[in-house]
Amino acid sequence: MIVAKRKPFDEIMELLQDYKKVLTVGCGTCVAVCLAGGEKEVAVLNSELDMARKLADNPIELGSTTLERQCDREYLDELASKVDEYDALLSMACGVGIQFLAERYPEKPVLPAVDTSGLAVNQSVGFYEERCRSCQQCVLGWTGGICPVTMCAKGLYNGPCGGTNLGSCEIDPEQPCAWYMIHERLAKQGRIDNIKNICSAVGWKDTVPRTLIQPGYKKPEEEGA
Amino acid sequence: MSTDNGYKSGSNLEKVLKAGHFAFTGELGPPRGTGAEEVLEKAQHLKGVVDAVNITDNQTAVVRMSSWAASLLLVQEGLEPNFQMVCRDRNRLAMQGDILGVYTHGVRNMLCLSGDHAKFGDHPDAKGVFDIDSMQLIAMVKQMRDEGKFLGGADIEHPPKIFIGAAANPFAEPYDWRPHRLSKKIDAGVDFIQTQCIYNMDRFREFIKVANDMGLTEKCYILAGVTPMKSVGMAKYMKNKVPGMDVPDDTIKRLQGAEKGKVAAEGIKMACEQIEEFKEMDGVHGVHLMAIEWEHKVPEIAEQAKVLPRPQVD
Repeated sequence: MIVAKRKPFDEIMELLQDYKKVLTVGCGTCVAVCLAGGEKEVAVLNSELDMARKLADNPIELGSTTLERQCDREYLDELASKVDEYDALLSMACGVGIQFLAERYPEKPVLPAVDTSGLAVNQSVGFYEERCRSCQQCVLGWTGGICPVTMCAKGLYNGPCGGTNLGSCEIDPEQPCAWYMIHERLAKQGRIDNIKNICSAVGWKDTVPRTLIQPGYKKPEEEGA
Repeated sequence: MSTDNGYKSGSNLEKVLKAGHFAFTGELGPPRGTGAEEVLEKAQHLKGVVDAVNITDNQTAVVRMSSWAASLLLVQEGLEPNFQMVCRDRNRLAMQGDILGVYTHGVRNMLCLSGDHAKFGDHPDAKGVFDIDSMQLIAMVKQMRDEGKFLGGADIEHPPKIFIGAAANPFAEPYDWRPHRLSKKIDAGVDFIQTQCIYNMDRFREFIKVANDMGLTEKCYILAGVTPMKSVGMAKYMKNKVPGMDVPDDTIKRLQGAEKGKVAAEGIKMACEQIEEFKEMDGVHGVHLMAIEWEHKVPEIAEQAKVLPRPQVD
């Protein structure tokens, strides 16, 4: 899932300082699961903001709502009747949701309340680890199901480099070396030949904004064409 | 080795190795500023003492005078640089542009490296480029040289004829994998290898034995990495703080056992003993001496290691 963390409170206060009436918009999907921007987090943030602004002699009127998904147009439409009542919208969705909200209501300032940090697994309650950089050319089939693009600090395709340190990455003894793990797993599976050939220079696909259309589908403007 | 009677690059290092001499290369770290004199002063100690001088590229991710610029200073002084290039700081366009540029100015050797992570250096928050990795860099330089084509496929006018080097670290896990990684670098197109600093001789002997058995040391030249210890503190630092470095306790004990004021001399003595062994070791074709900030000691070490005078090959 997409994981995010709430921005430092002072930063949110600064973003909101010129606004008197703000709607905080949570998202009920990924950011709710990772405890960053669901209904509960919206309520907590609003009460903190309310108190802090009162103490600063700059009271704020806050509304709250949590949509099923901010990355889906049909859910964003639910806000159409409310948006005009507010000076600004404070989104607690991931970066995708924040932008889609801003795109749907372009006349309103839309501000982020979270920092999005990637595609991660749920290791434990409140503990998430990144696993995918959405490079659009998955190599997991020959790397033993361990992503070197994400897990190697240098994103090497022909690792391990000379910096492995007792199975750890050179950047931190706590960070396992991705290529060490790949080697160990492939060796156990008898698939070490997988990494004996050179992986050629990568044609990066994530250097421009990407669109994705599944087979059999078209962009709405092309429908019926 | 090559069935071609001609040279791949015609560099002095290539000529020395191809003639079957035991190569001896040195290293020079560019300054943290604009002082050309500092480069030239260090270079004077190495002139006539080594076959080529590695010019490090923002080593340990600390900003220094660029390796190409310091390489050119050496060319002007009549020394042969081994131009180091890391994948951390440049994308494929900048790399290829720099390769054309240095070749134009007389650089004939290159060492292709991944590069230490920026986290170690003086700009720990920098974004690492790693557009291509060291394996892909080797293949790119070979393609530029042998096919006369850029990585993108277009023809190069007057392709750069570079003698291609890379690093190998026999001391980083997984040990079993290291000869295979060397094999991959050979497949990618490497001509010579300079190894990580060697202290654990047992581990290195084992690595070379496997490399010999796999036929790898007949396909590229291996220069064994040697760094003389200046002090007990340096040995402990390298053991504990430098990733991928294997410093046995015996090394530290021997330095500790040296008479007061003679630890550095003991370090040099140990390095020379290693060099003597490398001269006799099957599959080792030379030594790369990394006398870190100790360039002025290189003539003394070379003398003591009996690698002088350096061969002249036409």
